[in-house]
Amino acid sequence: MAGSHHISRRDFIKITTAAVGTVIGAAIGLPAIAFLIDPALKAGKADAWMPLGKLVDFEVGKPTLATFTRSKVNGWEKSVNSYGVFVLRTSDTETLVLSNKCTHLGCHVNWNVDKQEYICPCHDAQFGINGDVLGGPPPRPLDRFSGDQVKVEDGTLLIHFLEG
Amino acid sequence: MWNKLFAWLDERLALNDLYKATLDRPEPKGNWWNTLGSASLFLFLLQGATGIFLSVYYTPSPDHAYDSIQYIMNGVAFGWLIRGIHHWGASVMVLVVFIHMLRVFVTASYKYPRELTWMIGVGLLLCTLGMGFTGYLLPWNQKAYWATTVGTAIAGSVPWIGSFILKALRGGPDLSALTLSRFFAAHIWVLPAVLAGLIGVHLFLIIKHGESEFPGKDE
Repeated sequence: MAGSHHISRRDFIKITTAAVGTVIGAAIGLPAIAFLIDPALKAGKADAWMPLGKLVDFEVGKPTLATFTRSKVNGWEKSVNSYGVFVLRTSDTETLVLSNKCTHLGCHVNWNVDKQEYICPCHDAQFGINGDVLGGPPPRPLDRFSGDQVKVEDGTLLIHFLEG
Repeated sequence: MWNKLFAWLDERLALNDLYKATLDRPEPKGNWWNTLGSASLFLFLLQGATGIFLSVYYTPSPDHAYDSIQYIMNGVAFGWLIRGIHHWGASVMVLVVFIHMLRVFVTASYKYPRELTWMIGVGLLLCTLGMGFTGYLLPWNQKAYWATTVGTAIAGSVPWIGSFILKALRGGPDLSALTLSRFFAAHIWVLPAVLAGLIGVHLFLIIKHGESEFPGKDE
């Protein structure tokens, strides 16, 4: 075609098709990528201050088990997990909070009054009253909540729990 | 450099010949009604892509199907968009495939030498309807449940073998978890595989015979 048109009809169709195709591809493709990687973009921040009970209810010098549950939502699935910690008031002002999760393979340890030890039922690990390893396979002492991970508010003992 | 690379590939893959045969083939006088087959193919690919994306989150179990779709709609970024395209694309695809069939019928394009193209097209129409029927159950809401109850009951009204068809469709006498999982398998594996195979033959035949001229008045 002579005149002011420098682009052939065929080339115009090609360019228009490519342009429209790119716009449609991007309009569907970019949301599709967001759709796929969405779970990775949602940070699972789940820490909370868990109340363990009134401080005065815990006997001084005697490890006492305190349990609580945390619920977790993954997509359309909700799971509830229970956790336990041993609270030991070493004096009127000092409190030691130990996780009841054995550092070997994660079984729940029990306080044995006769032996004055924490005993793990799975592989017979033994921990002292302060959580240090006395025998058995554990690689490190029981995890403890200390410093700014423990606080007392209105007489209630709370720990800063990071899991779940 | 690029020309040499292209020449190397072209010599082995016949890219130019493929391009000429598929996209640069001679057409009868341009007519928008002739684009419906390509539109159907595009919708098939779109449904395939959005369906694959949906399968990332969807769970074909009575306990979780409904919840997983609620999660797609409200929890996942652009989940509403991907599912919306799949949902509306399904209806549009049935419509476009049907109008495509009407066009071929009205212009008598099914005649010699294109009878097989037409027959395969009928198979494609049935598969498309099958996709719609099986996909309708997957949300596992009240509408899906009762639509499938009625739909399978209609298939069950066939004389003599009706109750066998009904049990084969439902995976038992009642609508159950088995129905959902076999509809899911049909929807994402069986029917798409049959559709893709038939589309391949359909396209080959169109390229082989070319498109039919519209019937003229002066003959």
